[in-house]
Amino acid sequence: MATAESDKTGLSSKGKYKVIGTRPIRPDGVDKVTGRARYGADIRLSGMLHGAILRSPYAHARIKSIDTSKAEQLEGVYAVITHKDFPDASDKIAELGEGSVNLKHLSSNVLADDKVLYKGHAVAAVAAETTHLAYEALDLIEVEYEPLTPVLDVRKAMQDDAPILHENQRMEDMSPDATTSDKPTNIYKKFFFEQGDPDAAFEKAHIVVEREFTTATVHQGYIEPHAATAVWSAEGKVTLYTCTQGTFTVRQQVAELLGLPLSYVKVIPTEIGGGFGGKIRVYIDPVAVALARKSGRPVKVVMDRASVFEATGPTPGSWIRMKLGVDAQGKIVAGDTEIAFESGAYPVSPIGAGCMCVFSCYDIPDGRIIGYDVCVNKPHSAAYRAPGSTQVAFATESVVDEICEKLGMDPIEFRLKNASVEGTRRVDGVAYPRIGLVETIEAIRDSEHYQTPLAGPNRGRGVASGYWMNAGLKSSVTATVNGDGKVSLVEGSTDIGGSRASIAMQFAETLGIPMEDVVPAVVDTDSVGYTDVTGGSRVTYATGWAAYEAALDVQRQLCDRAAEFWEVDSSEVTYDKEDAAVKGPDGKSFGFVELAEKVTQASEPVVGRGVSNHNEPGGAFGTHAVDVEVDPETGKVKILRYTAAQDVGTAIHPSYVEGQVQGGVVQGIGWALNEEYFYDEAGVMRNASYLDYRVPTCYDLPMIDPILVEVPNPGHPYGVRGVGEVPIAPPPAAIANAIYQAVGVRMRHLPMSPPHVLHEILKKEG
Amino acid sequence: MAKKRVVTTKINGRPVEFLCEPRQTLLEVLRENLDMIGTKEGCSNGNCGACTILIDGKAVDSCLVLAVEAEGMNIETIEGVASADGLHPLQQAFLEEAALQCGICTPGLIMSAKALLAQNPDPTEEEIRFALAGNLCRCTGYDKIVRAVQSAAKMGCASAAK
Ligand code: FES
Ligand code: FES
Repeated sequence: MATAESDKTGLSSKGKYKVIGTRPIRPDGVDKVTGRARYGADIRLSGMLHGAILRSPYAHARIKSIDTSKAEQLEGVYAVITHKDFPDASDKIAELGEGSVNLKHLSSNVLADDKVLYKGHAVAAVAAETTHLAYEALDLIEVEYEPLTPVLDVRKAMQDDAPILHENQRMEDMSPDATTSDKPTNIYKKFFFEQGDPDAAFEKAHIVVEREFTTATVHQGYIEPHAATAVWSAEGKVTLYTCTQGTFTVRQQVAELLGLPLSYVKVIPTEIGGGFGGKIRVYIDPVAVALARKSGRPVKVVMDRASVFEATGPTPGSWIRMKLGVDAQGKIVAGDTEIAFESGAYPVSPIGAGCMCVFSCYDIPDGRIIGYDVCVNKPHSAAYRAPGSTQVAFATESVVDEICEKLGMDPIEFRLKNASVEGTRRVDGVAYPRIGLVETIEAIRDSEHYQTPLAGPNRGRGVASGYWMNAGLKSSVTATVNGDGKVSLVEGSTDIGGSRASIAMQFAETLGIPMEDVVPAVVDTDSVGYTDVTGGSRVTYATGWAAYEAALDVQRQLCDRAAEFWEVDSSEVTYDKEDAAVKGPDGKSFGFVELAEKVTQASEPVVGRGVSNHNEPGGAFGTHAVDVEVDPETGKVKILRYTAAQDVGTAIHPSYVEGQVQGGVVQGIGWALNEEYFYDEAGVMRNASYLDYRVPTCYDLPMIDPILVEVPNPGHPYGVRGVGEVPIAPPPAAIANAIYQAVGVRMRHLPMSPPHVLHEILKKEG
Repeated sequence: MAKKRVVTTKINGRPVEFLCEPRQTLLEVLRENLDMIGTKEGCSNGNCGACTILIDGKAVDSCLVLAVEAEGMNIETIEGVASADGLHPLQQAFLEEAALQCGICTPGLIMSAKALLAQNPDPTEEEIRFALAGNLCRCTGYDKIVRAVQSAAKMGCASAAK
């Protein structure tokens, strides 16, 4: 299927490599299909207590008092904590890899300080002998609230008379005509980017389309709820078992929030049951640590599903105004957009990334981007797979489709004419290196899907493109060559979707050894060098690069050892990765396994070290085509067929690359058609369960056909580009465009759930 | 607190007796009392399927069953799927088809698929999708999961399972 298509482009990595591009079984696979793998909630320590968290019933209220005395007296309760158990946090900003956080905000998000800012905001926590008992104790905590009016809509929150979440917040204005005001506001920041003279360019445009879009708050929906278990040593050090995207990020947050030296916090990663950006910021980890300290016992805290929805970090709902102008030949001449993201209870949201992505797919000589980061009484938003990109792609790609219609131009032809290429300068100032957007558009154009006409009533086909910049950041690995000729590869990147395999494969490739001879281990923060989060589609790129460096280091050390054995100068010795052998003068040679054995017996150990901190991750682009059928009676949209072409740089393990594309597409389909946080006027989420939130099931979907286009990233030794995030961006727009073809209505609100689609159909029919 | 009860069941072919509180679910007893953590918890209210086990051959959300109701029942969990001879064809197929990413949904999906193939050794894609609709997977988009079940069916999973 898919890879055959990419072979046609002549860009495939196939044949170039020994290990890269093959599909071995992942090293952690057997444990995961037999139920042996340990996830967050699977940790159990002797003497362990169970924690539970009291949450606010109000979306906005002042806390007047908290009385925990009755709960403390309940038999079997060992500790009760509130915000007072945390030291005063400063306004310092902590970088978390994919987004940053103000520590004061983080601290009062973990346990509310003087105000609760959303329904579900944590207020107090209990550790007791059993979970049931801990929940009983919560009922005995008395909290007196002074309810305040909540504000839930991003535009309402921006108005002058809106209820204010943070009295001391003033807007930071980046626009050239910025004025300073001392008025409290829910707007944390106004972004501004401009290139050329968009106003003049619009004057000359042949067609101008300007529309408004809104998208609902949605959640990453990882199946594993957050879980953390903490245990203190007698000397004041703490060990934390947690399911996280970044152990070092958790270490930093916990240390800062509890005022501990960084090195006194050891974070042990469990397996992680999905994250998608939602398991970077801490929620319950500091609570488990504080409860364990107060009770003197290990404490485990596991979130329930409703709390995951209500009180972790969904991705922002948004309002977007999008204006594009084209000339008579269909060339985009100007763009102008305003984007407002709900950051939730605290700043910041992924609005900055939204601004970078909004015009990313097109060459727009004159453009302006204005972005607003706005607090509302919802949980503090977090990263979700290509954070910010999906919302803005919905707006841009929908307007592009309308322009194509007005021009009478095929959407593929339009995109080929306007696509960003190497050297294109984005409105926010970035110029692209070699990228593969055009190749993804061509791959869709040439696909069997696009070449096959779609027949039947109420059916339509839509196309959309999307972008994600990807991240580089820091990674460390070490590689110990063992006497049996295998290598222990120690890494700090938690493996959410097969990265043990993709890292081990790059390591094996560099030494020319079989991937099965590399034994990867994801270890704790004391046992490996600093490694940033598993996020930003960075692990296969950056930790893979660190593994490549470690393998080169192993090569060098093996050459040195062989030189000693042969008593020749090491300049006469080389590593031949084709043969996986060290070669010296006069036909001297050691096979890898042979030398490993010899070194173990008679020389210093060979321990390779690799670190990376590169920031040329090579942006990722995708272009998708979808066929839908709309039921005009109910407004229900059925996905008939879906093809996603993506520039993946080099597909290290093609099956897992395809899996990333398919998984991202389906999350995008869920965002497009069903998913939303449904709030009542009081700010209570009315659908905080999987049944009512409604993520896509197996039965809602067809197969998802990925086309892997390989335009190697010049900024990586094997041409790797991040692949995980971009596939979520195009689906809502592609589906909206398909719905228009099917029933003639333009959907400008997400989700395009049956009531919304039906409403538009009925409106059109008058 | 209500009095604890003794419950006698068969789990993965062996007789098991456990003591539980009437308010405990079977999922909780498996994980907490019996330390069988292969069965996962995603929601505790019957919506995600991560906790799927087989009771008398039928796929059931163990978070919706009270442990006291398990008296006399024949329970199969993910821990009992592989045998001394190796992995079950479904487990093998999940690995070969890369049908898991994070893997938290995998035990539940394998149990649901096992129940399906025992009943219907040669299901259509539609039948597979219907049978697995109660098991949410947020990572894979289901494509490779459906293919894995198809491939296990081809390997003659049902006969191998007996
Ligand atoms: S945990 Fe039982 S269905 Fe989700
Ligand atoms: S593999 Fe992660 S939920 Fe299915």
